Amino acid sequence: MRFIEPHAHMVSRTTDDYLSLAAAGCEAVCEPAFWAGFDRGSVEGFHDYFCQLTVHEPRRAAKFGLPHFTWLCLNPKEAEDLQLAAEVIEMIPEFLECPNVLGIGEIGLNRNSRNELKALEMQVDLAARYRQLILVHTPHLEDKLKGTRLIIDALKSDRRIAPERVIIDHVEEHTIALALDAGFWAGMTLYPESKCTAARAIDMIETYGAERLWMNSACDWGVSVPLAVPRAALEMRRRGHSAAEVDRMLHGNPAKFLGQSPKFKLQQ
Amino acid sequence: MTRRQVLDLYFVEARSKLVDVAAFLDRAQRADGADDFRLKSFRAALGQLRSGGPDRARRVLLRLSDPTAKPIEAAGNQNACGAWAGSKGTRIKKKEGG
Repeated sequence: MRFIEPHAHMVSRTTDDYLSLAAAGCEAVCEPAFWAGFDRGSVEGFHDYFCQLTVHEPRRAAKFGLPHFTWLCLNPKEAEDLQLAAEVIEMIPEFLECPNVLGIGEIGLNRNSRNELKALEMQVDLAARYRQLILVHTPHLEDKLKGTRLIIDALKSDRRIAPERVIIDHVEEHTIALALDAGFWAGMTLYPESKCTAARAIDMIETYGAERLWMNSACDWGVSVPLAVPRAALEMRRRGHSAAEVDRMLHGNPAKFLGQSPKFKLQQ
Repeated sequence: MTRRQVLDLYFVEARSKLVDVAAFLDRAQRADGADDFRLKSFRAALGQLRSGGPDRARRVLLRLSDPTAKPIEAAGNQNACGAWAGSKGTRIKKKEGG
């Protein structure tokens, strides 16, 4: 089995997790910028984090033969301070030429506030001006439906944004059609306690088809499983999906979306 | 998969989760204090399981979701808790990851 982990917060994980991913057949890890579990207090704090994502973490992954890619942004949980948000967003272009940066992400909404929405619009504009792919975080739990609608409205209102270059992540049964019907890609996050289980993700594949869909672990500092994607592959096989269908979901689809960035290259 | 295959694969797991839900409701009932919006929403969502149609998971999630359309004024310090408290509702503090 081979797979791409398209959404993992490896700065929060141990070296053993890199070993487990590589041993399980992982061919690349992709790490969106996110919340550290606490609010950073300065632009310099974000600068250090972006250096970690573009310099240090690729070296750490390379020790296990894993290409490491990243996405940069100000995450929605730290968007309430708009002045800080603007300063951080202004700094992002200096990192966009780094060889492992695929685009802007994970931008989106958390509590669906006015300032979160403004920071989202600023970063959609940034992605459009620099012709970057976009990876979107949708809110948690009861906030997901409303947040997904607001995010899709914001994306569709910017005519420079091509839906096929955007993935709406963390979809569930009540939001997946919103993303797919609008022409976006959709990501299903496999979490033990929230978002969706492997069984539910496969239900969605069987209901909506495999087109423009991927699965990810979004493993981070919370309750999450770095090997959730290959475990979901075993579940697909138990349900009678062919090896080719599994390969499409775990490797073909993420490679197709991520390959829209010329920087995304897998080792031969 | 045939229905028989689905049952062979998932019945015991679903049965376990069903008993867990029942035990959770018993536990909440034994405990002192009043219901809050979470338990009320939970009971309302359970009603979706009894109705027909192929999209129970979607309808349960909709029943637990904020149905409003306008952004809120400010995020504050509190996070999502799994059920919508209403426009003037109180959130429950809880940590969240990705």
